[in-house]
Amino acid sequence: MGALNHKFNENILITSLDKLMNWSRSNSEWYFQFGLACCAIELMSTAAARHDLERFGAMPRSSPRQADVMIVAGTVTLKMATRVKRLYEQMAEPKYVISMGSCANSGGPYWQHGYHVLKGVDQIIPVDVYIPGCPPRPEALIEGLMHLQKKMREEPILEKKED
Amino acid sequence: MTEQEIFEDLSRKFGDKIIEFMEEGTQNPTVVVDAGTLAKVATYLKDDVRFQFNSLMNLAGHDADGETDLSVIYHLYSTELKHYITLKVFTSRDEPKVASVAELHKTANWHEREAFDLYGINFEGHPDLKRILMEDDWEGYPLRKDYVPAEFYRGMRIEKVK
Repeated sequence: MGALNHKFNENILITSLDKLMNWSRSNSEWYFQFGLACCAIELMSTAAARHDLERFGAMPRSSPRQADVMIVAGTVTLKMATRVKRLYEQMAEPKYVISMGSCANSGGPYWQHGYHVLKGVDQIIPVDVYIPGCPPRPEALIEGLMHLQKKMREEPILEKKED
Repeated sequence: MTEQEIFEDLSRKFGDKIIEFMEEGTQNPTVVVDAGTLAKVATYLKDDVRFQFNSLMNLAGHDADGETDLSVIYHLYSTELKHYITLKVFTSRDEPKVASVAELHKTANWHEREAFDLYGINFEGHPDLKRILMEDDWEGYPLRKDYVPAEFYRGMRIEKVK
């Protein structure tokens, strides 16, 4: 927009629609409010006063239809996996998934003898950001959200996805 | 009343249906009871004024080694007289069945469903015997020692290939 810069009064900004939409999207990461295990405690702690997730415009939504981000916080059992998949399918596009903690990443401590645990939530839904830790500290979750913000800002939203 | 005294009283009442009194090698002194007589014993222990075992603290299935009989363990407590007793019944691995005490102790309802779910023990007379933790279409009884997990469940791989 270089040629148009400083052509207008000071309170007029010139940008591309993509950038504007991505800027607003990335600063309103509404996440789906649900937790599956101890990671959910860290998720709640991150949302609470000390770490204050709403600084980033991220606030919990109780319906998948209003949520942009699904934070899979905890152990995904095979019984819950079918529900997680359905809830993901109920979210509106564009949608993102953060896999929080070792259990959601790979099965974690249930890797060997967990007959009832899904070995990584990426087996059933596409994951954008993986956060390691057991459970991850709130700082790690915030970093994960910031990585997702970066991803949102870099992808074109107005063009149709290829697949 | 001590566990020893309870065992002696039960032996007088039920004869050879009271199989054994285990004191060593267990955390709680345990009376081993014949599976067919368990419901009667539990009713007697609850109703008799000297025992008043009105609380079933826990009911658990157990598989010792994957070969011998399965067992069910009952932890009873009397809130009136403050004494404890543990009952144990053995039942065959191929056709495990024990009489339900769900009508006697409300606690037993879900505990028996759990033992059915994870060990495949049939509790005869249970009002609603179905799986409680695993999905209804799950195959096998996961806490049995000889349990081998299936490769897939609804298209999801259970054991990750290394």
